[in-house]
Amino acid sequence: MWSLRDKYCIVGIGSTEFSKASGRTVLDLASSACQAALDDAGVSATEVDGIVSFHFGDSVPAIAVATQLGVPAVRYAVDTAGGGNAANLIVLQAVAAIEAGLADTVLCYRAMNGRSGFRLGGGRDMSAHGITQYTAPFGWITYPQAMAMWCRRHMIEYGTTAEQLGHVAVTTRANAVLNERAMQRQPMTMDDYMAARFIVEPFRLYDICLESDGACAVLVTRADRARDLRHRPVHIMGGAYGGGPNQGEDLFDALRWPDHSHNYARYIADDLWGKAGVGPADVDVAEIYDCFTYSVLMQLEGLGFCKEGEGGPFVAAGNIARDGPLPVNTHGGLLSEAYIHGFNHVIEAVSQLRGHAGVRQVPDAEIALTTAGAMTCGSAMVLRR
Amino acid sequence: MTYAKPLPVPDPDSAHFWAGCRSHRLLIQRCHACGTHRFPAGPFCPACRSRDTDWIEASGRATVFSWIVVRHPVPREVYQDDVPYVVALVTLEEGPRMATNIVGCPPEAVTAGMPVEVVFDTVTAEIALPRFRPIPAGAR
Repeated sequence: MWSLRDKYCIVGIGSTEFSKASGRTVLDLASSACQAALDDAGVSATEVDGIVSFHFGDSVPAIAVATQLGVPAVRYAVDTAGGGNAANLIVLQAVAAIEAGLADTVLCYRAMNGRSGFRLGGGRDMSAHGITQYTAPFGWITYPQAMAMWCRRHMIEYGTTAEQLGHVAVTTRANAVLNERAMQRQPMTMDDYMAARFIVEPFRLYDICLESDGACAVLVTRADRARDLRHRPVHIMGGAYGGGPNQGEDLFDALRWPDHSHNYARYIADDLWGKAGVGPADVDVAEIYDCFTYSVLMQLEGLGFCKEGEGGPFVAAGNIARDGPLPVNTHGGLLSEAYIHGFNHVIEAVSQLRGHAGVRQVPDAEIALTTAGAMTCGSAMVLRR
Repeated sequence: MTYAKPLPVPDPDSAHFWAGCRSHRLLIQRCHACGTHRFPAGPFCPACRSRDTDWIEASGRATVFSWIVVRHPVPREVYQDDVPYVVALVTLEEGPRMATNIVGCPPEAVTAGMPVEVVFDTVTAEIALPRFRPIPAGAR
């Protein structure tokens, strides 16, 4: 078990509205979410001394947010370059910084105008230099196109079907219907899912997540301090970051990955559960990175909720429904709540463990999993109330 | 008419590969020390860390490892006349994988493990792209 297990807590959470056109700067979104997390915790910005974020060249630096909030002395500031893989990593960076004595009270955020500004899903560098020279010239350019290749491998290797992918989309949407913050709240049936047009086979429209403007933030500090703050603290039991061999040269590149029918989750499972001292059977609610439907299947398999290749039948049997044995993406996920790059999953996990999730509350949720990542690398945490 | 699609920018690691394509030869690296084939081109052999590298001409035969069918063009103005098109990962006979297009058959004809062979598509004076087409059953 991890020597840091339960030693650090998430004591505050904050979000902005999620929308297609915020009409606000990313600096405004980031600062507002961070201020909301401070207000939620009952902690003043003058007590903050660390701030961490991740970005894809589409955000604002941590020090800019600290400046807006009037943080008097920043002792630790990191802008981690990353995609969804980093969403839990930055919380672990906060833990590491506090443990190392570099900071004491650390804000973590992700902020983006992901629809009205830089659209991550819509394209990438067209100049075809570096690793891109081996992919873009063939019209292999966007993240949906990248990840459809992984999904197809899972279908080839295990016979995963469109209907099984559809179960992820439909189940997730049913949760979003109950979430007033979610961007997509109209009910969806399997017929709706199957009738949607192909974007890039094997992905239909609803296999692909939203694009969103918005920000989410959490405040991390020591457990002994957390006890005196406003809400029941949520303890970080364990966390892990990583992936397998041959992760390649950027997030898109997986030319040398062993087999795209599995992703990073397989490689961090032992580290994650070993640190937390619990296993998949102990998880009450799981917020699993769902940039695309298939990624949920691969993480369920890789983290040991079902056997390799059985993710499709596992979801089709109703296991991930809100009233099933493993409620997944109770907020609606990236597919239906918003695409805040996985950081909205952390917010939802904390809400569930506090018992603050309202009509979508999983009864008596005690242990939550959050994950982030879909391809060669990712991060995950186990949280408890 | 200018070619509007992404064009590879050869660098010191990859220049030999793209020069090979220009002369319709599929060149990949083989570690001089341990014999491991590798692609994409890179300075080190990941198997033994040697920098001592030979270039060999691959057979040009491969099998389809995975594939996608692009229906929604991105960017639209660049690819709207090409959809639907197939992007595939193919496994070369020598071992490494390569991203490419499958041409010479309709998208619905592509299957996992399908034998394919390289066909070079000269798109500019400097660049020929290695695409792959099905190997007819009689020629396998």
